Amino acid sequence: MTEVVAREIIYCDICSFPPEYCEFGGTFKRCKDWLQANHLQLFEKLYSDDALAKATSTLSIEKEQQISRDLEKKQAKEEAKMERELQKKLASKIIIKRIERNRRKHVISISGLEVCNIDMKKLAKTFASKFATGASVTKNAEKKEEILVQGDVSDEAKEYIENLLQEKGLDEVKVEQIDDKKKKPKPTAP
Amino acid sequence: MFKKFTKEDIHSRSNIKSSVQRGLKSKFLEQFPKLEPAIDNVIPKKSQVILIKCEDKISLYYVENEVVLFQHFDDLVPSLRTVHKYPDCFPKVQVDRGAIKFVMSGANVMCPGLTSAGAKLPEESLPKDSVVTIYAEGKENALAIGKLTMSTDDIKSINKGIGIELLHYLGDGLWKLVE
Repeated sequence: MTEVVAREIIYCDICSFPPEYCEFGGTFKRCKDWLQANHLQLFEKLYSDDALAKATSTLSIEKEQQISRDLEKKQAKEEAKMERELQKKLASKIIIKRIERNRRKHVISISGLEVCNIDMKKLAKTFASKFATGASVTKNAEKKEEILVQGDVSDEAKEYIENLLQEKGLDEVKVEQIDDKKKKPKPTAP
Repeated sequence: MFKKFTKEDIHSRSNIKSSVQRGLKSKFLEQFPKLEPAIDNVIPKKSQVILIKCEDKISLYYVENEVVLFQHFDDLVPSLRTVHKYPDCFPKVQVDRGAIKFVMSGANVMCPGLTSAGAKLPEESLPKDSVVTIYAEGKENALAIGKLTMSTDDIKSINKGIGIELLHYLGDGLWKLVE
């Protein structure tokens, strides 16, 4: 029996679908541009007048219009949504908090890392080995995940995170350092 | 099934034993006999399969950085990326153009969408509960995978209601799950 080998499939970089389904995704315009830039041959095959005429063959014109209208609406919606999300991403910030544990010992907690979209556990592990300390992932009061690193390494951590953000192209995200001193125990009644 | 599916639904991941892997392959072949010439490319003999257990008793099988198939109760279902690579190994049905939009937002496929002019059903009849790959009019790649809720003969004769229960489609949580 002959062996069947895998077919090579091109996936759209923008919406991850096979290009012929781009028109049903939310980012049709950008997908089209991408395809034209990267796979001109395929682009011509899909978006030439011939192909468009063929695609509408078995449906009535009215129905076809209805579909394209709906799709347009959906696309606009999707675009607005992505814009909003991007804004939100850029507006958020990463907070590195230095918490005093006792006198000269500190832990730092890093929160707001969701924007990077990386595995928190792995990052905690890299921190642990980079700074040779303990690091763990915990949930804070708002049920968001944060990384706790033992030892006062906030400057180094800040540098590392800034580099990480640059790699991801999220330069706008601010990294903020806060000092959180432990409140002194209330003076007991005399 | 994967409409809302994120990394948080993953419970555990573990490597499976090679004997279990062999069993998995033979079971997968049993379900899709046409896959036989390709099975060693789908799951190479020397590869390590990773089992990812998820919410709702779904388990994913992960080979070489890709989810190749998933299991829901007793059904083994190939992932869409696998179907795209080996399109001829799985039973195919085709829906008309009007249905694409709904299928790609996760709707079950209704019978009229399978019997109208732009749609195609396989010539041989498929029994109820078999897993089929769903194609679309004018497109060459599959857009979804589903399970028949009635046999293809019934679909043709009754022509009403849900014909295919959708399992996995382009753009759902599993499709977007890249690690």
